[in-house]
Amino acid sequence: MIDRDQVLHVARLARLRLTDEELERMPGELTKILEHVEKMDELDLEGVEPTTHVVDLTNVLREDVPRPCLPRERALAGAPDVADGGFRVPSPGAS
Amino acid sequence: MSDLLGLTAAQQAQLIASGEVSSAEVFEFWRGRAAGDDLGSYLWVAEETPADPGALPPVAVKDLFCVEGVPSSAGSRILEGYLPVYTATSVRNLEEAGAAVLGKTNQDEFAMGSSNENSAFGPVRNPWDPSRVPGGSSGGSAAAVAAGTAPWAIGTDTGGSVRQPASLCGIVGLKPTYGAVSRYGMIAFASSLDQCSPLTRDVTDAALMLRILEGRDPCDSTSLGLPDQIELPSAERLDGLRFGAWGLGEEGLDPGVAAVVRTTLDRIEELGGSVVEIDLPSAGRGISAYYVIAPAEASANLARYDGVRYGHRTEDFQDLLGMYENTRAEGFGEEVKRRIMIGTYALSSGYYEAYYGTAQKVRTKIAQDFAAAFEQVDFVVTPTSPTVAFELGERTADPLAMYLSDYFTVPMPLAGIPAVSIPCGLSEGLPVGFQIAGPAFSEGRILDAAYALERAIGFEGVPVP
Repeated sequence: MIDRDQVLHVARLARLRLTDEELERMPGELTKILEHVEKMDELDLEGVEPTTHVVDLTNVLREDVPRPCLPRERALAGAPDVADGGFRVPSPGAS
Repeated sequence: MSDLLGLTAAQQAQLIASGEVSSAEVFEFWRGRAAGDDLGSYLWVAEETPADPGALPPVAVKDLFCVEGVPSSAGSRILEGYLPVYTATSVRNLEEAGAAVLGKTNQDEFAMGSSNENSAFGPVRNPWDPSRVPGGSSGGSAAAVAAGTAPWAIGTDTGGSVRQPASLCGIVGLKPTYGAVSRYGMIAFASSLDQCSPLTRDVTDAALMLRILEGRDPCDSTSLGLPDQIELPSAERLDGLRFGAWGLGEEGLDPGVAAVVRTTLDRIEELGGSVVEIDLPSAGRGISAYYVIAPAEASANLARYDGVRYGHRTEDFQDLLGMYENTRAEGFGEEVKRRIMIGTYALSSGYYEAYYGTAQKVRTKIAQDFAAAFEQVDFVVTPTSPTVAFELGERTADPLAMYLSDYFTVPMPLAGIPAVSIPCGLSEGLPVGFQIAGPAFSEGRILDAAYALERAIGFEGVPVP
């Protein structure tokens, strides 16, 4: 069961501003989805190792050779706001 | 030139090789077809024909593959107008083999969806019945191949996003073993599941395309390639092969779909194969695990859309945090927000073990189910989708009902194994897909079996005008 306060907390963690309508709707929707998710608990998972990667791969290494990187002007070409050869962001503010 | 419409990609390649048509003529033909699409399949079509497009017919590419200088938005407002500075390895491999990019296809936003109704740029319609969905998330790629506005296409499969739309549109969709194809340049959804996958008119084209796509890529350290080169399939019989049928008793399975699938099982026996019903005791909980793992990984992957380096930035902000929150609120659609919320919740302090940790254990159980099954049978077969294509709007009000569309396709990516969907007949006049899954790296054997079955079924595609 997820309530409105939890939705607000999670939205803040996710850096999402929700509309009033979304705040109304989300607790019910997320609760329903999570109830289905919680059916996982019907399985006997005692002593089961978690899968972190599906194929057997460990320590994939490569030669540590320098390569040219993306030129600065191309890296900045898609940015919404650019200044002095960098990405410009608004002030973090007082808080 | 309209003859090209009836040919597979492999057949067109032969015409180009023999000099009967030039590759520029082939490209131009398909460019005209793509430009005339009226199903919403494309978000961008190549503006001109390259001087020498290459030895293969052109390929339609799901929007989430980065192509240098070509709009690549993953179906999202937050990336509207984004022009990548590099090209995905899979697309580059296709280009180097001679398949130029024909266009970018519509999709569910960030590949989240099973109906293509979650695209920020409008839905795609099913060429068999335009009031119905093509499936998703690679709905544009599937509809384009089925409607003959592309000779072949690539999409991505995370929980069924290539096999399910292939099923609903009556074409072939092949999800390779995790790691067979590089993910470099694919706009990420759920990184432990995403796999680039061909959508083609027949099994031979799927094999031809997989041969080009697969391979280890230094830019993706999870990529391995395949151990053996994929040969074009040639099997005519299934003698000695054992097929384990799963899920035919499931409650949500449409009786019409079940009947067509049972007929296909009979065909397997006619071709010399044997069929037994098998149980995968944990696979039924695949959806539950998937809707933790995929949203959790998505919530991390989508953190990068912050209005700083590329894509949309809001004009409504006071400070940095407000800029992030409003940019993301404006840029993401409903389903994407919902999944970011689920994923963030599941990964948040105090819940990680209960959700993500448990889901990873379910993954192990499902992989063990398949391993046990492959001790007894060569392939696991299922319906691809529990229903035929549904009406637009039919499931949008109930996210969970939409998620259950992936019931039969989700267990395979959770276990990392390959599976193909081939059309096996019609129910209510709409295509039914038959799924064949095998152990990791068994693509060659899966394609051979699919080829023999395809020939026996003799499925006719959508009548193209």
